[in-house]
Amino acid sequence: MSAVTTEPMTSPPSGGSSSGSAFLYRHPRLRLTGLLTAPMLWLGVLYLGSLAIMLIAAFWSTDEFTGQLIKTPTLKNFHTLLTGQVYWVVALRTLGIAVAVTLIDMVLAVPIAFTAAKVVKSRGLRYALVIAVTMPLWAGYLVKGYAMETMFINNGVIDWMLAPLGLKGPGLGIPATVFSLAYLWLPYMILPIYAGLERLPDSLMEASADLGASAGKTFRGVVLPMIVPSLIAGSIFTFSLTLGDYIMVKIVGGTTQMFANIIYDNVGVANNLPLAAAAAVFPITVIVIYLLAVRRSGALENL
Amino acid sequence: MSISDESVANGRTGIAVRLRGLRKTFGDVVAVDSVDLDIADGEFLTLLGPSGSGKTTVLRMIAGFELPTAGLIELAGTDVSTLPPFQRDVNTVFQDYALFPHLTVQDNVEYGLKVKGVGKQDRRARASEALASVQLDGYGSRKPNEMSGGQRQRVALARALVNRPRVLLLDEPLGALDLKLREQMQVELKAIQRDVGITFVFVTHDQEEALTMSDRIAVFNAGRIEQVGSPSDVYERPSSEFVAGFVGTSNLLREETARKVLGAEGVFSIRPEKIRIASPAAEPANNEHHVDGTVAEVIYVGDATRYVVDIDPGGRLVALSQNATTSSSQALEKRGERVRLMWDREYEYKVHG
Repeated sequence: MSAVTTEPMTSPPSGGSSSGSAFLYRHPRLRLTGLLTAPMLWLGVLYLGSLAIMLIAAFWSTDEFTGQLIKTPTLKNFHTLLTGQVYWVVALRTLGIAVAVTLIDMVLAVPIAFTAAKVVKSRGLRYALVIAVTMPLWAGYLVKGYAMETMFINNGVIDWMLAPLGLKGPGLGIPATVFSLAYLWLPYMILPIYAGLERLPDSLMEASADLGASAGKTFRGVVLPMIVPSLIAGSIFTFSLTLGDYIMVKIVGGTTQMFANIIYDNVGVANNLPLAAAAAVFPITVIVIYLLAVRRSGALENL
Repeated sequence: MSISDESVANGRTGIAVRLRGLRKTFGDVVAVDSVDLDIADGEFLTLLGPSGSGKTTVLRMIAGFELPTAGLIELAGTDVSTLPPFQRDVNTVFQDYALFPHLTVQDNVEYGLKVKGVGKQDRRARASEALASVQLDGYGSRKPNEMSGGQRQRVALARALVNRPRVLLLDEPLGALDLKLREQMQVELKAIQRDVGITFVFVTHDQEEALTMSDRIAVFNAGRIEQVGSPSDVYERPSSEFVAGFVGTSNLLREETARKVLGAEGVFSIRPEKIRIASPAAEPANNEHHVDGTVAEVIYVGDATRYVVDIDPGGRLVALSQNATTSSSQALEKRGERVRLMWDREYEYKVHG
């Protein structure tokens, strides 16, 4: 605490706050406890606790006539999900959309992050670019969702722009969902790549050019391998955020359903909480598998 | 390479690097100004100067990392002023080594050959040979972060030399090493340079390093070359006060003092080790000048002692004397004593200007 440092060196520390911090200085364990109690309670009780309850609820069922919860363990929900063809279709579609969104964001993010980190020399301009990248995060989700709808809707902005070329936009549906989600999550891909490129010494690129590599060869041989952890870090965001999204597809997806819609509809319309809980196991499993797979790449240190 | 073929055809193989009117500005700051320099084939040339004197910028312009604001850069008779680095027949050893951390030592050394499309067999063989030439055979499968600073330095050298460039550029490559290793590498670098016969352009701010290794030294100050010459030229016959002060320590006698002590007009430089320290009654030889004074400071540096003497006409002279027959206590006792300083007139060197 500042009270300690502003005390003159000659007089021994006195007064409540400084003697308190001196006491904590001598008792590091107590200090740690004080720091972590509140966040650990938050994380442990609210987050992990609710996750545990959800996983338990996945083994419950509902009475088909009364809608009452039956708290007897059963695998009925998982049986329903695994044998229902529609669930498989939606799950695979959701995975496909998540992969597409991730790839599009990678392709868009690398040049933007590279420009901000390596091409722009002025520090002010660099920060302005980084702020511009995060700017879309300042607007509300729904605002951006409905903005995207006016872009993709029949006779919307995209149709209007393509009309002079005699073309028509894709309309509402899966492509609109993919592009809208890619737009939404782009900052989460750019920022880790920017951070990775900023740590990449310029001298490595100079050394590559010096040894005879053109810009393209330097990018493939040095830059890309060095930012793989950043790409994976970004993909964890874009991938998991897409898996969990059910709103954008409602706005720009037309009749398309994603997996989170199944969860949402079972919570709301169908009032089948146990089935929703069982369905939620799917995205969790996918993310856990993905995290385990990338653990070795060093990407988790880049988050 | 087409560059060397052409130069052979032109019969201009003598000059490896030719700089003419080279200038570089960063915004309002003039980093390099009107630099003219010819570097001969097979020469070990050092760009010496304090930090910010423009020496590294000149090296980076030869490499192609910076484009000159004005002026000409020729490699073996071909104008490369505006060519990108990958089209120049030069290689660089970077100050931070710039080894690729994701590649093994072997792959680092092969990198230049690989991007030029040299076959795998040939690549392997040449890289192994280059690693052996820097005493690193058997280290190929390691990653750079598993090696010490000195070893990384050698890898960087092998990675550059394996391409057999026309000119090797070295940007303070020994700066990060400790003193012992640095001195050892100085000797090795010089030996390697003699073996391969490649032109070395070496940047350093360490005057001792420059004197030890170079065929010629170009002394930089404030973006310009102050003097180009052999180590003994630069050391014994500095062309300016700056060179006299930067390369080694020097006594400068000027104006009033020069008139009284030497009986001459101008600024003169005398190296401390040329000055003999004697008792006030000592008789100078015919070819010697002398001046009397009081020892103000005695600095014992192990193999030698440095005496700072307040001389009677005003000002100070530093005399360096080897501790061949004096002990440290004998040397330190001299503080406050009256002495006579004497030196051979031939070691008075009139500094330009």
